[in-house]
Amino acid sequence: MASDLRTAEEAPSSELVVVPLRHPWRWVSGAVILLVIAGLGWAMSGAAIQWEDVPGFFTHPVMLEGLLNTIVLAVAAQGGAILLGVVIALMRLSANPVARWFAVGYIWLFRGLPVLLQILIWFNLALVFQNISIPMLFSVPTNVVMTAFVAALLGLGLNESAYMAEIVRAGLSSVDSGQTEAAKSIGMTPFTTLRRVVLPQAMRVIIPPTGNNFINMIKGTSMASVIAFLELIHAANNISSRNLEIMETLFAAAAWYLVMVSLASIGQHYLERAYGPR
Amino acid sequence: MALVEAVGVRKSFGHTEVLKGIDLEVERGEVVCLLGPSGAGKSTFLRCVNHLETIDAGRIWVDGVPVGFRSANGKLYELREREAAHQRRDVGMVFQRFNLFPHRTALENVMEGPVQVLGRDRAEVRAEALALLERVGLAEKASSYPAQLSGGQQQRVAIARALAMKPKLMLFDEPTSALDPELVGEVLDVMTSLAREGMTMIVVTHEIGFARSVADRVVFLVDGAVVETGSPADVLDNPRQPRTRQFLAKVL
Repeated sequence: MASDLRTAEEAPSSELVVVPLRHPWRWVSGAVILLVIAGLGWAMSGAAIQWEDVPGFFTHPVMLEGLLNTIVLAVAAQGGAILLGVVIALMRLSANPVARWFAVGYIWLFRGLPVLLQILIWFNLALVFQNISIPMLFSVPTNVVMTAFVAALLGLGLNESAYMAEIVRAGLSSVDSGQTEAAKSIGMTPFTTLRRVVLPQAMRVIIPPTGNNFINMIKGTSMASVIAFLELIHAANNISSRNLEIMETLFAAAAWYLVMVSLASIGQHYLERAYGPR
Repeated sequence: MALVEAVGVRKSFGHTEVLKGIDLEVERGEVVCLLGPSGAGKSTFLRCVNHLETIDAGRIWVDGVPVGFRSANGKLYELREREAAHQRRDVGMVFQRFNLFPHRTALENVMEGPVQVLGRDRAEVRAEALALLERVGLAEKASSYPAQLSGGQQQRVAIARALAMKPKLMLFDEPTSALDPELVGEVLDVMTSLAREGMTMIVVTHEIGFARSVADRVVFLVDGAVVETGSPADVLDNPRQPRTRQFLAKVL
């Protein structure tokens, strides 16, 4: 009996050869992909592109000015949208029905319209309102205030704030109500509870979609080119209108977008780690 | 005056009345256990004492102060949430699901109240918080996050967090119901020593053994009303009401 068992255990390894599963299609599909990439590379090398001019456009003073404007616009619009989004989210969760109703309408409106349309409406505001004023406090001509930058900031920022409001609301709602009760039970005021207990935990839910949205915002600034705001695309067009090297300047702008998005992704990674689960 | 006085407390959720006129007094240093079948309103009553729920009728006083109200010129003014928060400083609460702050260490959880709510000096609070963790047997877990602690350890940190506010009254809402059976003892031990030191406690529990050995008085609730109250020996060993007998027959 005992010797039978021993042979049964030993048999597979000592007498039979083990054949590992083969994956021939992995080799085939891998080869196809490499072939496609090589083909694209070959096509690009044969294209009528002055590659040697691209680095010059990459660091062209006009391009760098456009880069700076793009960064300022994206950061300002996103920053404002986050602050506004928190306020709208709190209104959305408020006990006051008027505030809730306002928040729902706000999100419906600013999320519902294309950003490009919103930018154009703000930029053309002077056509319907000659002055922006609060009676007896101040009054300024609309066309002085509503520069291309301000119009782009409002168009991008207000649209984004509607998305941020939903992201922040989801984050706040994701925190267990037991956390609020525990905070209350040690005598915390509502504001301290929000600041010390709820928001830090909501951040874990808020950060990933916010990072995603910020990457969208960086690229969305390109829409400000239609109102002649000097961001990257408008800068590229300015340069190429003089030398007609359209693709070369666009490639230089494209490289800057990839640099910015890569940096934003790295930043997001570290933020997520800072607020990640313990 | 008793530390806690509840008179005719009523509370409804929608159309369901969960508290149908509760009267209860708890003297200073007394340990009262609330027993009864689930849905009897024990936890709801406890939450009303801490103003986590508002009451529809009746009144609760803690240390002579009407809970959730400020009395002035012969009137009671309902408190805003900020002011209610001030009232809760004196009442500690321990929850069934622990509710520790998961993004802070055990020590930070205990320090949070005194530092953020009372605005006390960090170093001083830190020394006290370490002493409290020592008292609940968790000095070596000070820098652990809640997720790294067992249920029993988390609940003991939660007790330390409540004690850090130096409360006059401690409320325990089924503190051992979410624990594995082998972890129940360590939490009950901490509660027992707290009771021996003279803390006033109201405990909602299904641990009849704990009620028998630690409670000064047992209150038996059914369907939102007090059915029977008395010393553990009277209520647990010689229940007079048939409803009490039924319940005890099931849990003992």
